[in-house]
Amino acid sequence: MRDKLQEIERLAKEELSALMADAADKKEALENLRVKYLGKKGELTAVLRGMGGLSAEERPIVGQLANEVRASLETLIEQAKTQIEEYELNKKLKEEEIDVTIPGKHGEAGRLHPITQITKEMTDIFIGLGFEVVDGPEVEYDYYNFEKLNIPKNHPARDTQDTFYINEEIVLRTQTSPVQVRVMETRKPPIRIVSPGRVYRSDAVDATHSPLFHQMEGLVIDKGITMTDLKGTLELFAKKLYGEDAKIRLRPHHFNFTEPSAEVDVCCFSCGGKGCRLCKGEGWIEILGAGMVHPKVLMGCGIDPDEYSGFAFGMGIERIVMRRYGIKDLRLLFENDVRFLKQF
Amino acid sequence: MKVSMEWINELVDISGVSPKEYADKMTMSGSKVEGIEDTGAEISNVVVGKILKIEKHPDADKLVVCQLDVGGEENLQIVTHAPNVFEGQLVPVALHKSKLPGGVEITKGKLRGVLSQGMMCSHDELGIDINAYPGACEDGIMTIEEGVAVGTDIKEVLGLNKHIVEFEITPNRQDCLSVIGLARETAVTFNKPLNLPEVEVKGSGDDVNKYIAVEVENKELCKRYTARVVKNVKIGPSPKWLVERLTGCGLRSINNIVDITNYILLEYGQPMHAFDISYLEGNKIVVRDAKEGEKITTLDGIERELDPSMLVIADTNKPVAIAGIMGGENSDIKDDTKTIVFETANFDGKSIRLSSKKLGLRTDASGLYEKFLDPFMVKEASDRACQLVEMMGAGEVVDGIIDVCSAVDERKWIEFNPEKINSFLGTDISAKDMEDTLKKLDFEVKDGKCLAPTYRQDVEFMADIAEEIVRIYGYDKIESSLMRGETTPGGKDILKTTEDKVKNVLTGLGLFEIITYSFVSPKTLDILNVSKESNLRNMTVISNPLGEENSVMRTTTIPSMMETLARNYNLRNESAWLFEIGKTYIPVSEDKIPDEYNKITIGIYGNNADFFSLKGVVEELANGVNVKGMEFTAEKENPSFHPGRCAKILLGEKPCGIMGEIHPLVAKKYGFDTKVYVAEIDFMAFFEAVDNEKQYVPMPKFPAVTRDLAVLIDNSVPVADIEKVIKASCGKILEKTELFDIYKGKQIPEDKKSVAFALTMRSSEGTLAEEEINNAMNKIVKNIEKELGGVLR
Repeated sequence: MRDKLQEIERLAKEELSALMADAADKKEALENLRVKYLGKKGELTAVLRGMGGLSAEERPIVGQLANEVRASLETLIEQAKTQIEEYELNKKLKEEEIDVTIPGKHGEAGRLHPITQITKEMTDIFIGLGFEVVDGPEVEYDYYNFEKLNIPKNHPARDTQDTFYINEEIVLRTQTSPVQVRVMETRKPPIRIVSPGRVYRSDAVDATHSPLFHQMEGLVIDKGITMTDLKGTLELFAKKLYGEDAKIRLRPHHFNFTEPSAEVDVCCFSCGGKGCRLCKGEGWIEILGAGMVHPKVLMGCGIDPDEYSGFAFGMGIERIVMRRYGIKDLRLLFENDVRFLKQF
Repeated sequence: MKVSMEWINELVDISGVSPKEYADKMTMSGSKVEGIEDTGAEISNVVVGKILKIEKHPDADKLVVCQLDVGGEENLQIVTHAPNVFEGQLVPVALHKSKLPGGVEITKGKLRGVLSQGMMCSHDELGIDINAYPGACEDGIMTIEEGVAVGTDIKEVLGLNKHIVEFEITPNRQDCLSVIGLARETAVTFNKPLNLPEVEVKGSGDDVNKYIAVEVENKELCKRYTARVVKNVKIGPSPKWLVERLTGCGLRSINNIVDITNYILLEYGQPMHAFDISYLEGNKIVVRDAKEGEKITTLDGIERELDPSMLVIADTNKPVAIAGIMGGENSDIKDDTKTIVFETANFDGKSIRLSSKKLGLRTDASGLYEKFLDPFMVKEASDRACQLVEMMGAGEVVDGIIDVCSAVDERKWIEFNPEKINSFLGTDISAKDMEDTLKKLDFEVKDGKCLAPTYRQDVEFMADIAEEIVRIYGYDKIESSLMRGETTPGGKDILKTTEDKVKNVLTGLGLFEIITYSFVSPKTLDILNVSKESNLRNMTVISNPLGEENSVMRTTTIPSMMETLARNYNLRNESAWLFEIGKTYIPVSEDKIPDEYNKITIGIYGNNADFFSLKGVVEELANGVNVKGMEFTAEKENPSFHPGRCAKILLGEKPCGIMGEIHPLVAKKYGFDTKVYVAEIDFMAFFEAVDNEKQYVPMPKFPAVTRDLAVLIDNSVPVADIEKVIKASCGKILEKTELFDIYKGKQIPEDKKSVAFALTMRSSEGTLAEEEINNAMNKIVKNIEKELGGVLR
């Protein structure tokens, strides 16, 4: 009987090692092997069943041997099983390999209009400096758009802003500046506001003109505001918008609602000031108009120019957008071709 | 304003200043230079030559062969077909390898077999006006005046060695629309003395009053009128220097007297006019309002009808000029004019501007007068003109000047407080430097006050003084600082942050933002089938639109969206899912500005767009910004939409917008061959429904139960009604109702549909018992049957 047990063990091991010479698809075969030797009707079980015929002395010895054989086979089969599982997992992982360079699947996210994006960038810079964003009506009284800004009726300065009129007293605002007046009339200093929005001029549509475009106006009124504050604020703005290397210059100019007034140029980003096609050889590109709020404008809004001073600035947003993205034709911004909009 | 650096140089020494430096410094002191043109830049190697001999060309009838002395060692031979050549003539000669305007290069060559070593030039070939040089003629070689040495560079002869500076002068500085004004700015900018001409009239005896009288009827519009008389006038061409100055500034030479008036216009910025006295009836000039319907033929030969708002210069019988705008043909200087009256006057800018606009006639003179000229420069300008007459020997100046002046010097002394100015500018400029600058600019400074010159009516306040100082000191020299003082919170209000949120949600849903014009054509409403009686037709109308297509302010944003969608469709973009946040403008009354309403407009086509994808966007937008209680009801009456596929959007009971499939006929008019869906939502109504009181709800502790429910119900019953009954019947254990099928067809009666929902129920107090669930389901079924006539399927 002992021999028989050893024979079973030997045969089982042989069979197992033959089986496991290659682990591919052996899950079932291994189970069959286990059943064949260790199952209820297995060979080892059959031997154990025959133990009844043994003597009392022999029984525990053979029993122990049988258990040892069983344990040994069980361990081997368990190991083989792990081996097969590992093999199969690896095989599966191998099969599941993908080409990671295949494009991703996604729903398409939309985009904000480039004007909105740049406007947000601009307003955020000023929000960081304590400016509040306000707006006002686009169809505006002549009184706010011109008269309160020291541009009386029939003033030659009106020639430079071709105005759409609804009637004698109502216009499409030609600038965001009337918001200044509305704010100054209703609030007490300190005032720090920016006001982006649509403005209108009766310019025929071409690559650089549009009867509707966007401006952003800024206004600061407080005690002790100086022209150097204006310069410093705009310098900071330019650096945030165009990068730390951006340089600006203030150039004397005239606006009716500021005194002193300035046009503000930024050093040409393309040539660094040497002069090129982008800046028409000047080395500078005009980006905005600014100045100290005119005493007449302050007085007109009930602010005492002896006590308070302030500065204001205004800039066209489209021009900044166009330069940022290298857009040569203004019309693209209002055509809203999705192939265009998708690019921003 | 155009002026040559060479002219400026006669008044201020800028001989060592390069054009670039001149442009930069003038720009930075406030006179912006738009550009500097070197007039002779395109011409090289063109000299004066003398024709020595002319022979016929052996092989061509129309050509002649000329021998010329051009100041070189050898004579040149040039073949020409010009008819006006003669022996002894001085002509411009373009030598071998010379350059002419327009990039033309001249080299020697053979003409019909005969050597030609250059080209003789016409005025046209040299790029100058026929009036710019006396020897210029039509279709022929220019004749250079006697006495010019052969070999002289033609640029010198023709005055083509000038640097013409173009200034952009701001409207407050009418004084800089003159050579003297710009020379003054140049002098201050370069810190050089200004050498103005000494004006002196010798006179010839006699008395101006014997010739003419002046009466100013309208002293409001004519603050000053002066008249001087010149007799024994010899009308003729102007000397070369005068012609060059005029042409350099873009004016044409006409004759000596007219040129003098134009010269004064340039030099002083003071328009003048010369009348032939023999055409002034009654020997009197009357400055008066035009009579209704009065007519005058102006110098340009056009008859113009006047009205009483316009000021005229008249004699005792008829108008002879439209004041400050243009003279009349009837009193113009002719070749045989013997005695003239020089008018130098000051007219009201506003009146000139309006008259010029009404007549559609703008002249150099009106352009200047519009800007309110200084009445106190009138006399000197008039004297200067007379001085030039004497210098040029163009006539004899009669003694005396008639000067009718009601102008009052209204200038006020302004406080000059260097400390205040420095603290306003943030600078540290010394009081002495400030004073020096002001004095150079002709200001008087005395006892802490200053007085601007009469031509600086724009200076009224301390801020104006500060500007004068800082522009000369240099904007580039002032420091940068950041404002101090009370801090302000800044930021955006909740309306604007909500708008930003709306935009973010919509882009997240795959929509692209568009920006469209706020003005549209009134016809857009016809295209949209909007009824004639609709309120939308009450629009704010632009009185001077660019064209009909942009002539009214939109009362709905749908046309703008439709046009944009159609443009994309025509560009063959397969799909476009777009939105805009923009305003509509609703008139209130004639004298009030319209109310402006912000609208959220959504428009989609392509990419499987249907009614429910649009509705999904609208619903998800509401979720995204926490708008509560949005409902949709069928809208069959809106003519722009498909009657069966349009919904009114409600918030609570309040309508806040419309959405649906655009009516197929409307879509067709826009060129669509596919379905288009648009929603227009009022932003304010939307904003008001935002629930800002968000509260955390604990995650459920107990399991949920799902039951399906299918009911057979009339086609006409909206799903929303069934959902409402389910909700009301089930009570608070109902967590979610999800529609998963609507079926019509086989096994379903014609007028019925089968609607299936998955209901999720859950209690926050414990696991729901089977009995509770069954009770709820029974109640739902019962109520659907009772209220809507639906039966369990």
